[in-house]
Amino acid sequence: MNGSGKMVIYVVAAIAALLIPQVPMLQPYLIQFAFLWVMILFAMTWDVMGGQMGYNSFGNIVFFGVGMYATAVVQRDLYFTVEEYANVAGGEQAALTPVEYLTGLSLGMGTGAVLAVVVAAVLGSGILGLRGHYFAICTLGLGIAAGELASGWDYIGAGSGLVTPLLPDALGERGPFFFYLFLVLAVITFAVLKRLYAGQFGLAINAIRDDEDKADALGLHATRYKTVAWCVSGFFLALTGGAFGNLVIFIDPTDVAFAGPTFGVWMVLMAILGGKGTLWGPVIGATVFHITQELFWTYLFGWQRVALGLLIVVVVVFFPLGIVGWLRERWPQRFGEVVDEEARRVQVSLEGER
Amino acid sequence: MGNLEILLQAPIFSVQLLIDGLLVGSIFALAAYGMALLWGVMNIINISQGDYVILGGYVTLTLYNAGIHPLFGVPVAAVVLFIVGWIIYRAVIFRVVDRDLFISILATFGISILLQQLMDQIFGADIQSAESGLGQIFLFDNQVTVSQIKLVAFAVVVVVGVALVLFFKKSRMGQAIRATAQNARAARLMGINTDRVYAMTFALNAALCGAAGALVVMTWVIQPFIGLAYTIRSFMIVVVAGLGNIAAVVAAALGLGAAEQFAAFLLGAEFQIGFVFGLLVVILLVRNMFLKRQRQVLK
Repeated sequence: MNGSGKMVIYVVAAIAALLIPQVPMLQPYLIQFAFLWVMILFAMTWDVMGGQMGYNSFGNIVFFGVGMYATAVVQRDLYFTVEEYANVAGGEQAALTPVEYLTGLSLGMGTGAVLAVVVAAVLGSGILGLRGHYFAICTLGLGIAAGELASGWDYIGAGSGLVTPLLPDALGERGPFFFYLFLVLAVITFAVLKRLYAGQFGLAINAIRDDEDKADALGLHATRYKTVAWCVSGFFLALTGGAFGNLVIFIDPTDVAFAGPTFGVWMVLMAILGGKGTLWGPVIGATVFHITQELFWTYLFGWQRVALGLLIVVVVVFFPLGIVGWLRERWPQRFGEVVDEEARRVQVSLEGER
Repeated sequence: MGNLEILLQAPIFSVQLLIDGLLVGSIFALAAYGMALLWGVMNIINISQGDYVILGGYVTLTLYNAGIHPLFGVPVAAVVLFIVGWIIYRAVIFRVVDRDLFISILATFGISILLQQLMDQIFGADIQSAESGLGQIFLFDNQVTVSQIKLVAFAVVVVVGVALVLFFKKSRMGQAIRATAQNARAARLMGINTDRVYAMTFALNAALCGAAGALVVMTWVIQPFIGLAYTIRSFMIVVVAGLGNIAAVVAAALGLGAAEQFAAFLLGAEFQIGFVFGLLVVILLVRNMFLKRQRQVLK
């Protein structure tokens, strides 16, 4: 398939996604779709580190939480004092005009994203020096420590959480608003990552994944690339977090913001399920996972988390290549065409020679 | 930090914290030694380690609720967890032994979630503990209290530790495990069934965790979702102590126990878990700094 063929696919996919809210049958499920876009964002941002660079992070959830709290705090402090807000949060909600709401949301998400990049750069300078399983377990500790810290910090509501402002009526229903918000976010993230993977950056982080010492010895500034990769991942994750806080309205420090055992693990699982280190893998993995999870919720109520644990074991042990990875191994030629990057094709041919 | 003044004015409090910490730390040593064993022999980092501890606690709790003294739970939990460990090895772990480390981390993470949720379904999410019915010992004019059950737990740990050392030195299986740890391929050529050795190692590790869990439920509390903290503690202890050195593991575990008690007292008990995970990050970073320095010398 050539360039214009791919273009057609993208355009068709975009139109299909945009048409979802127009289908009457699907309208009650718009929030579900918003969650799906969030899942896709999770998997894509994790894959920057885990898939493309080979740094398996369990702590990316930190940026999600940072973005969420930063957004909520900016929204709160922009138009209220803390006391005022604590009072209205209990009973009736603080009423904001649409302009105020959107200003607060965008300023908050911007602040959160910048903050997450700073956090990624600062943490990265130390933690990205760790290798392999030390990195994995260190980031695991990081995510949980952040949650515990947030549960003890009064300014951001401590253990009792933080309530975000409600969406003003003038902006319409929650469903379509967040549907489009997350859709736009997911599409932008996908486009940026696609662009990054296709260029020098993608080659550099793939080199780090394949052999970091060699890449370093050949003059690649490995630490610089690693930090930038983490910042990219954190940036988009913080934007997601900021909007997600407004979607769920209530921010709990350990169950929503720094939800390591749920979101933190899901993002890893989704990326692996779809095929880590591929462009489309995380998207497909997240979609399959989200549907599976909803089925679990519906049919296995009470046991769904048990089933989820089982799913992780089964996927990791029997299906480590993931869906896209498996397809690629099965039909490499055809696949080099479908997944569009030049780098991918080079890699497939290299694997063939080996 | 207000509690720091209390400590300075009444130094006897620090004796209390130290004793409590050392006794709790001895329990960590059991789980940590299991982790070092697994890491050394099979090159697996077991994230579900802490959940075996908690499961051992629930086994003991079940006995306790049936009217049996919880101390009997120690051997029973060890045996039950030995079987559970064997089953988990046969079902999952043997498929990931020779593979990428991350696969084993994630697979055991899955097992961890599975066990947590099963325990939550079966035993409920409440915080529970088993009363041993033993009293307290008072020292220094009643200023320091030591509960006898913690001393008993310490004694149990010592006994298990000695038994382990003897097992690895004297028994055929112990020798086979050590041989496999040194060089699995050579061991296989010498006629050792390494698959059996791995199964034994994994089951033994689970049994150690089970015994530790039985002690935890008597001296402290258990809850389905706090297993991960024990995993992280074990990991930290092993990182500090290194593999295959039981004395270092015990020393590091006691140190961690004491550090945690002091941190909980100074920062407040709500930050204890946060402290454990924060300490992990710090320890790994410091370790990496030292390693880097060594690398520079080699250049």
